[in-house]
Amino acid sequence: MAVVWVPPLLQKHTGGAERVRVEGATLRQVVTNLCARYPGMRPRLLTEDGQLQSGMAVAIDGETNHLGLLEPVRDDAEVHFIPAISGG
Amino acid sequence: MTTTVEKQTGDKAPLKVVGTRPIRHDSLDKVVGRARFGADIAMAGLLHGKVLRSPHAHARIRSIDVSKALALPGVKAVVTARDLPIIKDAVVDFGETQGNSRMLAENVLAHAKVLYVGHAVAAVAATSPHIAEEALSLIEVDYEVLPPVMNVRDAMKDGAPLLHDDLTLRNVGERFARGTDTGIRSNIASHIQFKRGDLEKGFQEAATVVEHEFTTRTVHQGYIEPHVSTAYWAPDGHITVWTSTQGAFGIRDQTAAMLDVPPSTVKVVPMEIGGGFGGKINTYLDPVVALLSRKSGHPVKISMSRKEVFEATGPTSAAYMRAKIGAAKDGRITAAQLYLAFEAGAFPGSPVGAGAGTGLAPYKLDNLLVDGYDVVVNKPKVAAYRAPGSPQAAFAVETVVDELAEKLGMDPLEFRLKNATKEGDRLPSGVQMPPVGYIELLQAMKRHPHYSAPLSGPNRGRGVAVGYWHNAGFSSSATLSVNADGTVSLITGSVDIGGTRTAVAMQAAEVLGIRAEDVMPTVGDTDSVGWTGVTGGSRTAFSTGLAAIAAAENVKRQMVARAALLWETQPQDVEVRDGVFVSIKNPQNRLTFKELAGKLMRTGGPVSASASSNPRKVSPGVAGLIVDVEVDTDTGKTTLLRCTAFQEVGKAAHPTYVEGQTQGGTAQALGWALNEEYVWSKDGVMLNPTWLDYRMPTSLDLPMIEAVLVEVGNPAHPFGIRGVGEVSIVPPLAAVANAIHKAIGVRMRDLPMSPEAVRRAIEAKGAAG
Repeated sequence: MAVVWVPPLLQKHTGGAERVRVEGATLRQVVTNLCARYPGMRPRLLTEDGQLQSGMAVAIDGETNHLGLLEPVRDDAEVHFIPAISGG
Repeated sequence: MTTTVEKQTGDKAPLKVVGTRPIRHDSLDKVVGRARFGADIAMAGLLHGKVLRSPHAHARIRSIDVSKALALPGVKAVVTARDLPIIKDAVVDFGETQGNSRMLAENVLAHAKVLYVGHAVAAVAATSPHIAEEALSLIEVDYEVLPPVMNVRDAMKDGAPLLHDDLTLRNVGERFARGTDTGIRSNIASHIQFKRGDLEKGFQEAATVVEHEFTTRTVHQGYIEPHVSTAYWAPDGHITVWTSTQGAFGIRDQTAAMLDVPPSTVKVVPMEIGGGFGGKINTYLDPVVALLSRKSGHPVKISMSRKEVFEATGPTSAAYMRAKIGAAKDGRITAAQLYLAFEAGAFPGSPVGAGAGTGLAPYKLDNLLVDGYDVVVNKPKVAAYRAPGSPQAAFAVETVVDELAEKLGMDPLEFRLKNATKEGDRLPSGVQMPPVGYIELLQAMKRHPHYSAPLSGPNRGRGVAVGYWHNAGFSSSATLSVNADGTVSLITGSVDIGGTRTAVAMQAAEVLGIRAEDVMPTVGDTDSVGWTGVTGGSRTAFSTGLAAIAAAENVKRQMVARAALLWETQPQDVEVRDGVFVSIKNPQNRLTFKELAGKLMRTGGPVSASASSNPRKVSPGVAGLIVDVEVDTDTGKTTLLRCTAFQEVGKAAHPTYVEGQTQGGTAQALGWALNEEYVWSKDGVMLNPTWLDYRMPTSLDLPMIEAVLVEVGNPAHPFGIRGVGEVSIVPPLAAVANAIHKAIGVRMRDLPMSPEAVRRAIEAKGAAG
């Protein structure tokens, strides 16, 4: 199962848990399962039509995610939700 | 000089092109003035545009009457926000960054309110710039003037004037989204937080804790070429834009979104660029000249004045920060806390997230708390500026670290080595540190002769600091075509700001086994090459280089097949040795790349290949600075005596250009440290919008900046190349402050450290005894 690192400001939705294990072979499955378990997370992570919120980046095992919710997630992968950052 | 630290020698073949210093392909055009910049655009029927800008920092627009301007002979069109179709929220995707189309549009032409002095209100196209200027004076705008809020702490107070009636505080990841939010109406657009371990316990374990407040002021990138854009909206609906930008595709997508037209109908031609440093990623003029062109039926050009550049484009954030760090007696950091409040300008979107992610990144921390606030104020919307957000955060952290090391009696570099983040350690965000030679960088600083050189004389001091920047990957595209004379044409979508045209061509040449001079690079427009992200984020030599390498590998495969055809053998029986195609079975069959290129049309026709990159593994940049200063205690003036800038560069593709990046970033930061600031009136008017009064460093202000390139390689790139364009701007702010402290015993915690500010600090120290 993937290990989701919960952003500190969203940990109120996970009962204070900083990391949670979630099943899923793609980011969509991981996020869907995460939001099913912690419904308060859904509007924070997904738009009403089920897309990832903009202004947020997802790093999987430290690598940039280019496929959005289609990104494959290996077993035991680390999933981080972090602010999107651009350079100058 | 270049210091090479060999780490990943492996058994790779030595590089023959990458790492050399060929003359840049565009040098002659630049030297003789033949290179075409945006201001050089001229064509039949061209009209000249001017922009009417707000004299108020905060006001509601009651009405705009353009009738008198339209009646002026020679005026062909006037536009206001009413001509922009987009006034609702939608996300514009620029690749890996996004923007809010409503806010982008409202920044380009104010809709209901003006939010800073210089905010565009209307634009005129006329047969001459003078008529356009006169027409501006005939536009009547009725304003309801509102109180402005001019700094981040005032903006965060309860009861502060609100810039946006509908702005409510949103938490991380929701800056532009409509999801559930706190519902609190505020100038605070977002709050992000990184947290790890037990902060209180960590500080209790500390033998020494240092905590201070810091402020930085609004500063501008200071590119020499003002913004300029020309557009022609053809009767068939196709729009062509000739502009000065760091990313043609980004301008295309922003312009199309604001005009509500398909991106495919907009062709953006990026002209040569006179600097950007992040400030030429957002659009300001392009949709406006397009609208004027549609209304007038003519091509229209607008060039900004320097005053407009200062007042109406994107500087970087002023900031209020608090840093608190504790360490045990042995120098191990036990806890760190960082509070960042960054001004976003008139619309949300400061680089506070990047500051929060990078400020403490050089330090291995078990207990940390970082809070970052993105706050709107009545100043121009900030834009990216070279490692955006990181210099401010590092100014606070590196100054506190210096004081902490001093209190513990430790050498400042030893202190950093003891606490250095290594590959696999957790960054503040929780993501693991990618491979980067940070330890090697610190060691190179320690053993450099500058660090141990005697520094005698009164009021002289030496300071050090380090910096971290994420770097970016993003997507790039490249196309290669082999010419019959053995040269190769290369088209990329990457605007060339710092020599990347040559750096990318060198990588293609390395693969093909030919000279860098035989690859002829061109920067393409949005109709002639695949989607390519901005030249920014220290990504171009790295990511566009990967695209060029992939295209070159494809070309090489096709050339091998042609040689096999000629020799009536199979491709697997042909190998490439030092750029020469050789038959393995009959080694007397040999063709140089040039010889084989001449036979292409008789062996199946031309050879070309395109490729795109989309790298997942992106390695960060690290840098350090050693600086010696002398302070005149009568005037407060700080003179820079000696500067040595260190940067881990992976493998320097073209060392001269990399040294230039290191020196350039350092020079910009030295100006930021010592002199640069927007000076505001209480009403929000910038009082120094000229080069005379906005004091950037000149050659007389700076010593020679010695660049030390530490080459540790980058496993994410076949030649070890790492992004190098930004991180050198991060260390100098704190390094200079630390040097001033060593020189006169005064800690400077507010920028700029101008003579006036230093003098005040000396007097305050004297008064305190």
